[in-house]
Amino acid sequence: MAQRILIDPITRIEGHGKIEITLDAHQKVSDARFQVPEFRGFEKFCEGRAAEEMPTLTQKICGVCPTAHHIASTKALDALFRTDPPPAAKKLRELVHHAFMFEDHLLHVFYLGGPDWLLGPDVPASERNIIGLAQRLGKSFTASMMSARNSAREIIARIAGSALYPVFGLPGGVSKSLSPEDRIFALSASDDMVAFAGLTLELFEIRLRKSAALAEMMTSPVYFQPSYYLSMVDDAGRLSFYDGRIRIMDPAGAIHSTFEAGDFSRHLIERVEPWTYMKTLWLQAPGQCLFSEDAPCGLYRVGPLARLNVAESISTPLAQAGYERMVHYFGKKPVHHTMAYHWARLIEVLYAAERTAELANNPMILDSEIRRLPAPLTAARSGTGACEAPRGTLFHAYQADTRAIISKLNLVVATQHNAAAICRSVFQAASQLIPDGRVSERTTRRIEMAYRAYDPCLACATH
Amino acid sequence: MIKPKIALYWCAGCGGCEESVIDLGEDLLKFAQSVEIIFWPAAMDARHSDIEGLPDGAILASFINGAIQQEDHVSMARLLRKKSRYVFANGACAHIGGVIGLANLHRPEDALQRAFIDAETVLNPSGTIPGSGLFSACPLPRHLNRVKTLNQIIDVDYYIPGCPPPSELVKHAFYNLLENSLPPKGSILSENRALCHSCPRQATLPQRLSVRRFKRIHEIPWDPIQCFLDQGIICLGPATRGGCLSRCISANMPCRGCMGPLDGVRDQGATAVSFIASLIDEADPEKIAAIVSEIADPAGLIYRYCLAASLIKPQNIKS
Repeated sequence: MAQRILIDPITRIEGHGKIEITLDAHQKVSDARFQVPEFRGFEKFCEGRAAEEMPTLTQKICGVCPTAHHIASTKALDALFRTDPPPAAKKLRELVHHAFMFEDHLLHVFYLGGPDWLLGPDVPASERNIIGLAQRLGKSFTASMMSARNSAREIIARIAGSALYPVFGLPGGVSKSLSPEDRIFALSASDDMVAFAGLTLELFEIRLRKSAALAEMMTSPVYFQPSYYLSMVDDAGRLSFYDGRIRIMDPAGAIHSTFEAGDFSRHLIERVEPWTYMKTLWLQAPGQCLFSEDAPCGLYRVGPLARLNVAESISTPLAQAGYERMVHYFGKKPVHHTMAYHWARLIEVLYAAERTAELANNPMILDSEIRRLPAPLTAARSGTGACEAPRGTLFHAYQADTRAIISKLNLVVATQHNAAAICRSVFQAASQLIPDGRVSERTTRRIEMAYRAYDPCLACATH
Repeated sequence: MIKPKIALYWCAGCGGCEESVIDLGEDLLKFAQSVEIIFWPAAMDARHSDIEGLPDGAILASFINGAIQQEDHVSMARLLRKKSRYVFANGACAHIGGVIGLANLHRPEDALQRAFIDAETVLNPSGTIPGSGLFSACPLPRHLNRVKTLNQIIDVDYYIPGCPPPSELVKHAFYNLLENSLPPKGSILSENRALCHSCPRQATLPQRLSVRRFKRIHEIPWDPIQCFLDQGIICLGPATRGGCLSRCISANMPCRGCMGPLDGVRDQGATAVSFIASLIDEADPEKIAAIVSEIADPAGLIYRYCLAASLIKPQNIKS
């Protein structure tokens, strides 16, 4: 008779989820489902709302990555109203976005996923968290981490009103220019951020050299998943969080396609499963769905590892050096090892810090011209905005009537792109870790590590 | 010494209230030394069975955030109520429904139809809706016919308002709890004054506010010092509790009401409608109607955070 194993709820994750594993009569894993049991309905209740309120309304999808929604939404309004923000406004949005990428990634590194590699899965449950981690890392390191994260959040709060829910985004610009005092704060804070990011990457690299268990985990077949990769890149093919074109790399490392963010619906397809509120996304070639049950064809991933696979280089020196060390370690790109998400995330933390410092150093950021007023809409319009959120590429697509009231919106959110890969990774880990039907707490913890490396945000994924 | 047990849980929310707790930083680590955090799925490893096995009243306090939108939110809220001496509604969604309350403008099945059938990127020829049909493995919780606030489901002892609740308010609630210095049951743990009293633009408030045209925020530039209402931009400050540190105003944006109503106010939106009506400087009914029609999406603006707590009955509920 089939036996069912339930992991409920899954933990150290944003949003609600559970895993149900089914064993067949021979005690083999026949099924493993990663279920998201929440759905709030943003795509319906945002209909009929005023377009200009979208950046502060849609960001409530997620209290962990609200800034990404705020930025994508504001860019969607730029497109909807066909207005191009002045240079200082773009720089301020970018500054806030990079400070956010820094602090949000650190949330995963130290509070959510990090305990898996910093402490290992076998410390007691009561210590496998930030409190246990703080004891292991010591007071001084923990204080530096909290201070670096708070500094980044303070940059956001000073410019955009609230670190948690920024409110400064308007079609054609932002609501507030940067004061000289706040710029001085950003300059000093970003120096601390760069220093701490470097330290954290070093901590990981040292641990990787010293810990056989971590090195084994990094390239373990339990966490190996060939796939396509999707990410935004800048004009030179470099890592880019705020703006650029969308590029897809195939599993062998060749560029499969490049397109404008506004064309995403021609390249991606969403499928619905009866047992979860999380839709899965697949690649489609124009006119043809590449989805296949049997092969990784059409299965793609986004987020830190995908971005470093797709990008040709990183524009900031320290992150570029860290990126080269990672590629050298694995010997080739793309890297298909899911645990490398943890490593890629740390390189991105460093990039986000360096880019924050670059932006704060640019004198143009103090310019007082921060808004271009859009012309009233004369016809029903649509507009798409995209950015790289911590967990992957985020698309907001809006349609509005001539009164600038939203008639339709379609949100394709970072974790959704990874949904199919997460389900597959959980199934694969369960199949390999439960060869004979025996399931211990030790096993379920390792199965949980398969999804946690992605840093999934399930509130976002279903919205 | 046995440490008091604390639980933190989320229903239909965004994780922002959890982030407000994490934002306590070193204060959180200090707090964690005085208590045993027995259940906090966002940040710690524990299972539902860990709560189910506890004797009733074993938890000193549960901090529950998020609106009540699905069956599982009801059962978890009831379970935590039974196991806890105190329940805190943490944040706007648990307090007054939050933006999730806007879902009451539609039927749950319409929201499912939009996301799973009609969305432009969806390929779903069989018309599958998650949770419906005969699929028996991995059952999904269903949606209630309307979004509710936490106190519409269980008895709530205290409320921490805001979206997100300011970390300072969360910190005070924690310390009041540990020092046994909590105010009377039912208290909303923030100042009981309208936001205008602490607004940095308070000095620019004219003797009498009057508006002859309401303007939308994408339509005009505005003065960054002057009261928003005096510039014809709707700001919900007069109908909203203070204590948020004027976060939005400090970024040169108007208030949208996340801190909820003052003590004794049954419907924050009705208060807002009343003060907005009092601003209109016009006697001719036709002209008044024209001025009012300038307000885009009044339901979504005025009831942005409080629809689930309001006196307005959702469309889908038959009387």
